[in-house]
Amino acid sequence: MAAASTRMPLLRKHPSLLIFLGVLALFTLAVTLMSEAYGPGIISASFVKTLGKTLCLCLIALAMDLVWGYTGILSLGHFAFFGLGGYMIGMWLMYARTRDIVVASLANGALPPTPEEIRDAVAVQIFGVVGGNTFPTIWYFASSFWAQLALVVLVPGLLALVFGWLAFRSRVTGVYLSILTQAMTLALALWLFQNDSGLRGNNGLSGLQNLPGADAIPQSYVSIWFFWASAAALGLAYLLCFWIVSGKFGSVLRGIRDDEARVRFLGYPVEGFKLFVFTLTAVLAGLAGALYYPQAGIINPAEMAPIASVYLAVWVAIGGRGRLYGAVIGAAFVSLVSSVFTGGRVPDVNLGFYTIQWVDWWQVMLGIAFVIVTIVAPKGIGGLFDWFEGVKSPDRKGEPLGPDDGALREKEAVE
Amino acid sequence: MNSLLEVSGVSVTFDGFRAINNLSFTIGPQEMRAIIGPNGAGKTTFMDIVTGKTKPDTGRVVWGERAISLLKLSESQIAQVGIGRKFQRPTVFEDQLVRENLMMAVKRPRGPVPVLFFRPSAADRERVEELAGEIGLADQLDRKSGELSHGQKQWLEIGMLLAQEPKLLLVDEPAAGMTLAEREHTTTLLREAAKTRAVVVVEHDMEFVRRLDCRVTVLHEGAVLAEGSLDFVTQNPEVIEVYLGR
Repeated sequence: MAAASTRMPLLRKHPSLLIFLGVLALFTLAVTLMSEAYGPGIISASFVKTLGKTLCLCLIALAMDLVWGYTGILSLGHFAFFGLGGYMIGMWLMYARTRDIVVASLANGALPPTPEEIRDAVAVQIFGVVGGNTFPTIWYFASSFWAQLALVVLVPGLLALVFGWLAFRSRVTGVYLSILTQAMTLALALWLFQNDSGLRGNNGLSGLQNLPGADAIPQSYVSIWFFWASAAALGLAYLLCFWIVSGKFGSVLRGIRDDEARVRFLGYPVEGFKLFVFTLTAVLAGLAGALYYPQAGIINPAEMAPIASVYLAVWVAIGGRGRLYGAVIGAAFVSLVSSVFTGGRVPDVNLGFYTIQWVDWWQVMLGIAFVIVTIVAPKGIGGLFDWFEGVKSPDRKGEPLGPDDGALREKEAVE
Repeated sequence: MNSLLEVSGVSVTFDGFRAINNLSFTIGPQEMRAIIGPNGAGKTTFMDIVTGKTKPDTGRVVWGERAISLLKLSESQIAQVGIGRKFQRPTVFEDQLVRENLMMAVKRPRGPVPVLFFRPSAADRERVEELAGEIGLADQLDRKSGELSHGQKQWLEIGMLLAQEPKLLLVDEPAAGMTLAEREHTTTLLREAAKTRAVVVVEHDMEFVRRLDCRVTVLHEGAVLAEGSLDFVTQNPEVIEVYLGR
């Protein structure tokens, strides 16, 4: 009852929220009806997975927008949290699935296998590639789905909490904070690359697309279920983020972005707010990763390379910082276009003296697009909606003209 | 006298430059005070010390009846005990509505969790309307504050300070860049505020100080040179020498 009475005004006051959720629901329905599982199969299972993964990328872009677009913390570490979420759920998926296979093969033996034999055989199966035959300590909870699910939230959340507490308490801001987050990401990726990290080094975790105990269910169904879960997670996270930024909390966040010192002199503990947002978005990133990697099927440390987090910033910038739907549009648009160009589906352009291969040139184009958006259209794709609705924000260049000329500044007054 | 803020024996050195030199300063609970002094006299550094932005090398800064030391508190905690500060340039949140600026300043719990679950009550909304009326921005509530004129931004910032319900207001050059009419409005606002709380105004403009009609403290090279009524201090030969005579 209480929830209904607070949500209704939120929906009524902000039609964009309703539009977003409506579009997401329609898109989900359309994909479902065109899928192999619940329709004629116009969309293949692998493309459903691509779409599902894209929704997860939209989810982490949403988190990035909250932390960067609203609070002004340019974190280059959110893909580390995304990867950690993926690893946490991947551990259970790999353990449970391997266990099923091992149990089935040992069942043919003369004597029924003891739990120790099963455990050792599973360890050999999983860690043989890195020369191991026992479970590292960090796999302690791998047999429990619920424990690993809790770790999906706890591991990124705690890492963000500790890292954020240290960084924000020392008043590290701006580009220095970005460098620090990037260093954290790099350190984590390098650690994971080691064979004795306990997470199979650069092999990563694989076979994650197979759900334990669900061998009989074809991937066409599994893919659409994950697609639904991704869509639901995106919808709920959007609602949560919207609720956070629409009230006074959002006001304070934007205040921190624009003038941190001023917010402090208003009496708000800026560090507490930053830490809250940083941790919350890390948890969202972890959840996005936990949904993404079972659809991707494999996770390895390369996924957490610092460049991934830079891409994330590019998506949000192209989509439009400081508006939630902008981040979602940016992530969906750029990652889908990217998969078209890098998937080899676009024919090479032969210029006679040089052949443009899009797989290589796509990144150059993305870089150019980023520069153009930053300079020419800082509002990104989201700015199109303002243009469409006729919302104009004044072009604030030059000094204020002084007390008598109202809001105008030098350049505007000339026009 | 029962004092609200007592600064005693404070010194600050920046890279060998002594910005504040054994400064002592006291202000009562309902008092208006103007601080004047030439450039580099330490006026802004003094405000930085009181609001916690700068930590002094030596000295004490004691607040209120319970004699809390402000030196141990962070900027936001100092703001919460009741010290509001207005900067020289108007600093309002330009990307947000006038209403949102004021709502953020209205005195309510400041922690992340209460703010997250905060939804403005009818009383909060009335308070915002009332403040907007006081500062003459009642019809501008739904404009972005970035669109306001310079003077209006200054008032908005004063309104935000009042919304915080501070016991001490520190105001840095409130009249800079204002027209005559705007100055008069600003004077009225500040004098009104000083009836219920302490107000410290840092100002260059003697005409504006005269209009405030209050005690004046003259700073020079980080220390108090003279204190008293404006007429009294302007007759002090030392003051004429360092400040007015030039």
